[in-house]
Amino acid sequence: MPRFTPDNELLAQKIIARYPRPRSATIPLCHLAQEQDGWLSEEAMEHVAELVGATPAEVLGTASFYEMFKLHPVGKYCVNVCTNISCQLVGGEELLEHAEKSLGIRSGGTTEDGLFTLEDVECVAACTEAPAVQVNYRYFHRLDSESFDRLIEDLRSGGLDGTVPGHGTLGKVRQDLEGDRIANITPPEAQGAPVWIERAAADAAPAGEGS
Amino acid sequence: MVSDDVASTASVPRIVSSRFDEPSGHTLEGYRSTGSYEGYASLRRALDMSPDEVGEMVKEATLLGRGGAGFPAGVKWGFCPPDVWPRYIVVNGDESEPGTYKDRVLMERDPHQLIEGALICAYAIGAAQVFLYVRGEMPHAQERIASALNEAYEANLVGKNILGTDFSVDVVLHWGAGAYIVGEETALIESLEGNRGMPRLKPPFFPAAKGLYMAPTIVNNVETLSNLPWLVAHGATAYRAVGTEASPGTRLIALSGHVNSPGIYEVPQGTTTFRELFESPGYGGGIRDGNELKMFIPGGASAPWFFEEQVDLPLEGRDVGSAGSMLGSGAVVVMDETTDAVRACLRIVRFFARESCGKCSPCREGTTWEEKILERILDGAGRPSDIELLLDVADNISPGPYPVAADPSRGLDAVPFPPKQTTICPLGPSSVAPITSAIRRFRDEFEEKITRRDAIEVTAEPVASVPAGGGHG
Repeated sequence: MPRFTPDNELLAQKIIARYPRPRSATIPLCHLAQEQDGWLSEEAMEHVAELVGATPAEVLGTASFYEMFKLHPVGKYCVNVCTNISCQLVGGEELLEHAEKSLGIRSGGTTEDGLFTLEDVECVAACTEAPAVQVNYRYFHRLDSESFDRLIEDLRSGGLDGTVPGHGTLGKVRQDLEGDRIANITPPEAQGAPVWIERAAADAAPAGEGS
Repeated sequence: MVSDDVASTASVPRIVSSRFDEPSGHTLEGYRSTGSYEGYASLRRALDMSPDEVGEMVKEATLLGRGGAGFPAGVKWGFCPPDVWPRYIVVNGDESEPGTYKDRVLMERDPHQLIEGALICAYAIGAAQVFLYVRGEMPHAQERIASALNEAYEANLVGKNILGTDFSVDVVLHWGAGAYIVGEETALIESLEGNRGMPRLKPPFFPAAKGLYMAPTIVNNVETLSNLPWLVAHGATAYRAVGTEASPGTRLIALSGHVNSPGIYEVPQGTTTFRELFESPGYGGGIRDGNELKMFIPGGASAPWFFEEQVDLPLEGRDVGSAGSMLGSGAVVVMDETTDAVRACLRIVRFFARESCGKCSPCREGTTWEEKILERILDGAGRPSDIELLLDVADNISPGPYPVAADPSRGLDAVPFPPKQTTICPLGPSSVAPITSAIRRFRDEFEEKITRRDAIEVTAEPVASVPAGGGHG
């Protein structure tokens, strides 16, 4: 049953603690679950719901709204071809067509060996490097059909293992959640004005009385 | 493989992009030693001032929001109701407007500049927590920000009693998960609360009064906050000296499409024209293959298109606005004469149809119908009434005169942006912009595609005769 591993459970608790309301951790925890299992299963969403104090339906409602959460297993590499306007103008749609032929699947499909899932996606924010492709959200710029095929070959042979992480693994570097340097772990509901605002107001008052 | 061309010309003051070329600019050490001001000295300077003085300085500098709407940041900060606590800052790094990626580059190349800007804002408005919402599809930006935050916590620049003062604030990195509409500030707040990212109705409440967890919340764009360190270091007067009176400072412009050298350029507002941007060797370097310009998008996919008549307009929000479009997110997409206007139009409309959150029916239904009609026109199955139908659907999303660029050759005046809308947020009306722009200017291209449809062959003999009469008389 895909629940969090003990390490991830600990991390999940730390993530929740950074937010004034546990519900805010829904998306980060879904990312964490997807990182652990490669996709977001029903059981994982139930577990997230338990942790953030929501119903499973609420977590499903949230997760299904966002493009990046895969509610079905996907290939080891998600190949996202951008066809939006800046990419379209320099051959993005043709590149997608080529990718479909080359991988033998339609957009949205997964190859039989379970290696590649192909998707046509909206703007991936690499417009001046168009046409752009993301593989597990890592960029590959200015591709044509030849360099696309080379990329697929490199992925298949494991030549890009260091560059492209597994699907669902977003950030290799995490925000350090340890330590007593953190100022506000779950700030109280009505904590009043922060001290520096109060101090500034106090400083201003005597000056106003004329010194 | 994973590099972005970032270029600039020597004469341009580099307010936000001064560390773009520095390989170590993203580290704390690099931030302290490179660029056009000393890293985190601006925060110390701000902490020596009172929070009100910092707010006044930003107001005086007329720092306009760089996310799209162009609202003065200092004025927005002032909308927080007095004596209501806690307050929050949400940094909008969920940039997904087609054509735009300036914020991604800012977060990747100069994360400390953004963190320092967010801290200055937090000090000024009295926020004890900052949420840095980064688009999910940008793991490199997230990594850079995460490691910058770790360094900043380590150096006591974020956290408890920053730099030995009584100023304490946490900066929390939050990841999105892929939804364009979350870039809208109220949708961003919904998403941060763990919900589907659907915009909230405003009025009655604006985020500055009731935002995250119904507490006063300032949502600012990445580029807006990245301006603050330079602004505080050099002062409001120096800031106002760049750009124009109404729009001081610079803009990061992401130039893409059919130009020889697409890239991100920092330009002073109002002093550079689109022509210079396209043709100058320091910027675009001319239209690809020596072709003619057909049209261009001045501010991201939401903006109505511009044409040859508008290339001499300066890159400045007001000028572009009164000409019937918007500078928006600073994304300029150039299309040359080889571009099929209907196909380009469909691609943008499809984007809005896919990204509509579904909350308002004119947008949810309207955008999908626009997509369907354009698809059948391009498939050669268009109907003679389709152009009028497209305009009618558009009118249901954004009623009245469509926001479009002027077309003197047809005696059509510009209609100023923004459009009217029947929806909670501007996503729906944005989908109307390419349709109305394209139909007004290239109606003949639509008509040609519609009448091009092959005549249906009629066989010589009827296949079967239909019996007359029947149950319905």
